[in-house]
Amino acid sequence: MNMPTTRRVSLFLTCGADALYPSVGRASVRVLESYGVDVDFPEEQTCCGQPWLNTGDAKSARIMALHFLKVFERSEAIVAPSSSCVDTVRNRYWPLFKGEPKLQDRFRKLASKTYEICEYMHRILDIPGLPPHPEPARTTYHSSCRTLRGIGLRGVAENYLKQMLGDHFVPLPDADACCGFGGSFSVKFPEVSGKMMEDKLGNIVLTGASTVAALDMSCLTHLSAGARRQNLGRLRFVHLAELMMEALEGKTR
Amino acid sequence: MSPIVPNFRKASREAVRNSQVIAAVRKTANLLSGMMALAVANTPDFEALRNYGRTRKLEISGDLEKYAQSFAANAQAAGAVVHRAKDAAEAARLAIKIAADNGAKTAVKGKSMTAEEVELNEALEAAGVTVTETDLGEFIIQLANEKPSHIMAPAIHRSRAQVAELFTDRLGTPPDLSVEALVAAARKELREKFLAADMGITGGNFAIADTGAIVLLSNEGNIRMATTLPRIQLAVVGIDKIIPEMADMPKFLALLARSAAGQTISSYLSIVTGPRRAGEEEGPEQLHIILLDNGRSRIAKGPYREILHCLHCGACLSHCPVYRAVGGHAYQAVYPGPMGSVLSPLISGLEIYADLPNACTLCGRCAEVCPVCVPLPDYLRDLRSDVNKPPLMMKMAAFGAHTPSLYRLGMIAMRQMLKKGVKGLMAPALKEWTVCREPPEPQAGESFRDWWKTRSHGQ
Repeated sequence: MNMPTTRRVSLFLTCGADALYPSVGRASVRVLESYGVDVDFPEEQTCCGQPWLNTGDAKSARIMALHFLKVFERSEAIVAPSSSCVDTVRNRYWPLFKGEPKLQDRFRKLASKTYEICEYMHRILDIPGLPPHPEPARTTYHSSCRTLRGIGLRGVAENYLKQMLGDHFVPLPDADACCGFGGSFSVKFPEVSGKMMEDKLGNIVLTGASTVAALDMSCLTHLSAGARRQNLGRLRFVHLAELMMEALEGKTR
Repeated sequence: MSPIVPNFRKASREAVRNSQVIAAVRKTANLLSGMMALAVANTPDFEALRNYGRTRKLEISGDLEKYAQSFAANAQAAGAVVHRAKDAAEAARLAIKIAADNGAKTAVKGKSMTAEEVELNEALEAAGVTVTETDLGEFIIQLANEKPSHIMAPAIHRSRAQVAELFTDRLGTPPDLSVEALVAAARKELREKFLAADMGITGGNFAIADTGAIVLLSNEGNIRMATTLPRIQLAVVGIDKIIPEMADMPKFLALLARSAAGQTISSYLSIVTGPRRAGEEEGPEQLHIILLDNGRSRIAKGPYREILHCLHCGACLSHCPVYRAVGGHAYQAVYPGPMGSVLSPLISGLEIYADLPNACTLCGRCAEVCPVCVPLPDYLRDLRSDVNKPPLMMKMAAFGAHTPSLYRLGMIAMRQMLKKGVKGLMAPALKEWTVCREPPEPQAGESFRDWWKTRSHGQ
């Protein structure tokens, strides 16, 4: 293992956290800083472009990718609290620039230094364990499709949860099934999306958990909005970084 | 043929409410995916097999016509009559002519999605040929006057109780029979059809170029009977089913059997090379093979070429969360599920099936289980570029979203709109969003950007 002096990370907040979940951004910064990482926040950053990419508007997606490159290319590493945004930067940008090898190379370099925060802690900071959470609540974990099959992170978040929560962590049945969000899918086919969501929420209820953690706030936006429609009571939906921050700082929120 | 314009939104809305169908689909899909997982886990070199499958298929799809010609020449040399059909209509005409030339009035048929693509049963029935489906699943849906809802398990949407009810209604069996009794009833019904049929019709899981053989997998023995008892045999095979050599077959067979039904090999394997030869006691007098193109040569030259590598195992359907939520009929296409959402628009027209590439959450499960690594989610995403016209609002949003000042204003506006329940430009999307959910709830308090600003000034 190499031992650099200080690691520098640029936070990519994601538009979801920017508009809806400031606590996810704050937690990401504080968790990284607690491990001595120097965090900066390039204010010119916007969205990764997924909404355009996944609805087939490749032209707009390219514009978004180029903007992302402009903002983050000089960063030592880019960390985002979202598997799906990282999957986009890592696996979807460079194929948009077929026939432009120089640009494609720059996107491949960008891809190689972009991480989900949980992934960064595991793969780069090599954090073996987390302290116990001060007020552990019964918690389950939604392993999003992009965490599993996009960035290929399996078992890592679950391990951290076990360390923080002990027996309060309850695995979700049928964990690798999609929650039904799917971006534009959620509004193009809301009845199907809703059916898939119902199944996921049903499994969440089965665990008896009061907290649901994930590495993708987009899935959680969909699931929490569905839980409110179904009057499932006070379920807390959090990014894993928020629980990590609480464990590291020894206090809730 | 059918005047119905496919509409996935409408069909899926109704399908998710049909709890009986969804329960039946899930039960069997779970069973199939469970058996596949077990079979794959027990195959130490499955990844290597998948890579072999993909690499070999790339060679084939890169030169479809060469292999089609080679297959045709070798099949003819073995005594078969090979016909080439450029589209579904031509294939149907050829089949009718083969039946008419030989005075065939009755046919027994093995399960074939290629025949479904050609609407072969409808064509033959219209020409006065009675066709009996002999695969149990196909037999069931033929009795029910339905279409297959899964490419490998055509009656997946029906429970045992529903099949029992159907048999009582159509065959006069006692009510509420067990699975074993239902199978026995179907066998009794079918045995006479097999013995009386003039013609046997099958598809083909593989067509072997270097021997001219058609390879058929089956678990019920019906294929063996349909290919040996009737005097005329017809196989309808897509040109994408051709593999170069008999030596390729064991590996493709291993991939297909594991992925389709979690088997190391199917219960029956028929390798049909030519008709009955002089001195042989069994087999048809004539073997006809219709090689169907129907857009395949065109697809092979385009950006979605690898969809032709599909072994039609059905694993992507059984694993797809959307398929499992709506069943196969909601797709209103011969080929449903992930592979169907790529193949159906490419074969039948993007404008007819524009919904299907969008009817996917890009969850990636299909690509993970595909035995020949067809990049299904990538294709579905790319097809969206071909079928979707980005709404003006999204175009405007794209401009805003890469202009930092406008983006920041947009984020503030979105937060305010959601907090105050003012919908404005977001109204149409929010209307659909709230079909099954409440509007998203922005957190109270300062934004991240404000927090960051205060914090960095404080430091």
